[in-house]
Amino acid sequence: MSTKVMIPTPLRAYTEKKDVVLLEGNTVGDLLNQLTNTYAPLRRHLFDDQGLLRSFVNVYVNDEDIRYLQKEQTRVTDQDTVSIIPSIAGGKENEQ
Amino acid sequence: MLTMTHTALHKIKVHSMEAYPEECCGILLGSENKGSKEVLDVLRIDNAKGENRTRRFLITPADYRRAEAEAEAERLEVIGFYHSHPDHPAMPSQFDLDHAWPSCSYVIASVEERVPCVVRSWVLKDDRSAFEEEPLESLREDSYRRIKTASTRAIRR
Repeated sequence: MSTKVMIPTPLRAYTEKKDVVLLEGNTVGDLLNQLTNTYAPLRRHLFDDQGLLRSFVNVYVNDEDIRYLQKEQTRVTDQDTVSIIPSIAGGKENEQ
Repeated sequence: MLTMTHTALHKIKVHSMEAYPEECCGILLGSENKGSKEVLDVLRIDNAKGENRTRRFLITPADYRRAEAEAEAERLEVIGFYHSHPDHPAMPSQFDLDHAWPSCSYVIASVEERVPCVVRSWVLKDDRSAFEEEPLESLREDSYRRIKTASTRAIRR
């Protein structure tokens, strides 16, 4: 069973320029593991040192943010589309 | 190397000035070829941060998704982002570093007392340890058009 995973532009340098990758797994976590096993340098950009998804990395199953589903345990089928979507945060240092 | 037209650079400076003392933000659309990027359009994004907008900005996933769709419709790519640092140097902060995406240009405009000053561009190192500055060049529209026409012809060939 292959599920479509959409790759945002900033990460395509790590996926041989592919914007869509087909991966096998039953949960979002399975897919992300397979993705980072296939493209190892992606791991540090998606996960922090504790192995948690970085706060600015958003994963959607179809149009639903997995934070409001079962997070990485959210189940997927080959009919679903999983999208990795950036949020962009930043700003100057703390004001004194 | 990041190139953009004077107009694109001007748009970033005007946005920085108008948002002062808050931070502004936006998305750079363009193309990338062998590490050399060119900005062809600048999308203003409303700072989605609810508080601390004088020192923080946020571009939501919905805004990013919309920008990527717009870029694809114009056969462009999202090549980076810009934001302002009011009364602060145009250098990335630790907070910028902690939240950075790879491969993207981070253009930062410093604004001092509402006057846009320095604009610099930065790219995250692959090991996420720091940003590296990339040369930023703005070109007059006529020279830019000449380069674009030449490169478009080269692509068509």
